[in-house]
Amino acid sequence: MNDKKTLGEMLTERGVSRRTFLKYASYTASIMALPPTAATAIAQGIANARRQSVIWLSFQECTGCTESITRAHTPSIEDLIFDFISLDYHHTLQNASGHAAEEARMQAMQENAGKYIVVVDGSVPLKDDGVYSTIAGITNLQMLEETVKDAYAVIAVGSCATFGGIPGANPNPTGAVPITDIVTDKPVINISGCPPIPEAMTGTISYLLSFGSIPELDHLNRPKAFFGEAIHDRCYRRPFYERGMFAKSFDDEGARQGWCLFEVGCKGPVTYNACATLKWNGGTSFPIQSGHGCLGCSEPGFWDLGGFYKPLSTAKGDPLKWAGGAAVAGAAVGAASAIMARSKRNRILKEGK
Amino acid sequence: MELLEFARGPALTFAITVFIAGVVFRIVSLFLLWRTSDSSAGSARERPVIVAAIREIIRRLWPQSAYKQRTMFMLINGYVFHIGLAIIVFFLLPHIVFIKDLVGLSWPSLPNNVIYAVSIITLVSLIAALVMRMSNPAQRIISTFDDWFSWLVTFLPVITGVIATSHLGARYETLLGLHILSVALLLVYLPFGKLMHWFLVFVTRSQTGAHLSHRGAQL
Repeated sequence: MNDKKTLGEMLTERGVSRRTFLKYASYTASIMALPPTAATAIAQGIANARRQSVIWLSFQECTGCTESITRAHTPSIEDLIFDFISLDYHHTLQNASGHAAEEARMQAMQENAGKYIVVVDGSVPLKDDGVYSTIAGITNLQMLEETVKDAYAVIAVGSCATFGGIPGANPNPTGAVPITDIVTDKPVINISGCPPIPEAMTGTISYLLSFGSIPELDHLNRPKAFFGEAIHDRCYRRPFYERGMFAKSFDDEGARQGWCLFEVGCKGPVTYNACATLKWNGGTSFPIQSGHGCLGCSEPGFWDLGGFYKPLSTAKGDPLKWAGGAAVAGAAVGAASAIMARSKRNRILKEGK
Repeated sequence: MELLEFARGPALTFAITVFIAGVVFRIVSLFLLWRTSDSSAGSARERPVIVAAIREIIRRLWPQSAYKQRTMFMLINGYVFHIGLAIIVFFLLPHIVFIKDLVGLSWPSLPNNVIYAVSIITLVSLIAALVMRMSNPAQRIISTFDDWFSWLVTFLPVITGVIATSHLGARYETLLGLHILSVALLLVYLPFGKLMHWFLVFVTRSQTGAHLSHRGAQL
């Protein structure tokens, strides 16, 4: 493909109508909560942009994030996103393999030094010199450091890359760490979720292309447009929470009536993501709508939050594990203090005589 | 999130352990103390101990006519925040769920908005109790650290709970973490101060009733 052309020219050549393109720009502006005028800016920005070189690195991951991004639902968004960017390296989606694949990565890095974006899914194992995950004979850590050296920005997608995810869950046998632990001298955008919402990934990339800058991020480096609000605050079951109407199990009358799932372990109140608004699979549904509480998958350490089916307001672990010992100790000290008081009294009485 | 995890995990486990140990310690040490046998002849008006105890418990539920005017507000205010606290603690679903997870018992909950209204009334009532303590010179002078601190550890869970429910000032997980930590503080302090009346209020009143009855006090 001729990378000298602008994206606008390329899309016209491919028969993508201006109407389709503007619809995509408006959609992206609206899901990122940008003002309506931003749609034009996005359209112009993307039309005038050159294809962005993207290197996608997959480390300790399950490919769920890739599965998710390929299901971005706006009509032709998948085509658009793969036209906007030049995906120069991606294990699952590229044709090349072996040496040819690694050469493609090297070539992209050389030709676009300082300009390419690195997308990472998966955590990086550090224990035992990182031997637990290697690609093309080098560890994930070596590949990451080598690739991000000349990158413009890094986008960590999925909870493994952003917070360690399942590989990093207790007891974390491989010493898995998130990307932000390693890349400290470049901007890192975290798009968490297991997997992340496809539009959160494509929207963020579109923003980078359109404005040439990084969108506003929260304290965990996540774009506020997608991670600014708690699921609970946008949940259509919220009124039932306020009214005190809760499903007690997954098959009771409350569950059938669509009542709040707090009591069966929903983590919506502490989970920041756009599931309740953007939803999944073309806006069809999201976990809570399909009858299951939120797992909190876009939050750090969601795997170790004390159980998916334990309500948020319960104690984590077993708070009564020392209760027996505490009672015995309390009784022993109480008895000892009473005995001491008695003997002191007796002594005083005796001396008094 | 780390704060919430700390609060739900180690902080709560520690607080519950100290609470249990402290309460058992206080009760055992109290009941194992000697009781001086009172060999004096009881008054002619002396009632059986059980009757005297129950009468005293009931009698103290309402002010005596001699003190009615002076103590009425304090007594009603006391009822307001005690009942308010009980409703908040036992009828908000997240609290019921917490208790169910701990001991397996559960019961129906009240709507959040009802609890919210009760919480505001309770907060006002608690503040009124503090203002009364501070504004009355005699009461201020006899107040000890225990009085002030007991008020604080009671007030904090209510105020943090209300703030967490209304999402004011910080993210919900932070507010919820602070709320649970304030409860942990309450649990840790409870056995060692006047808040032990959670368990001892009727014990002490029974003892007083029996004593007064033996002396023949006409109540």
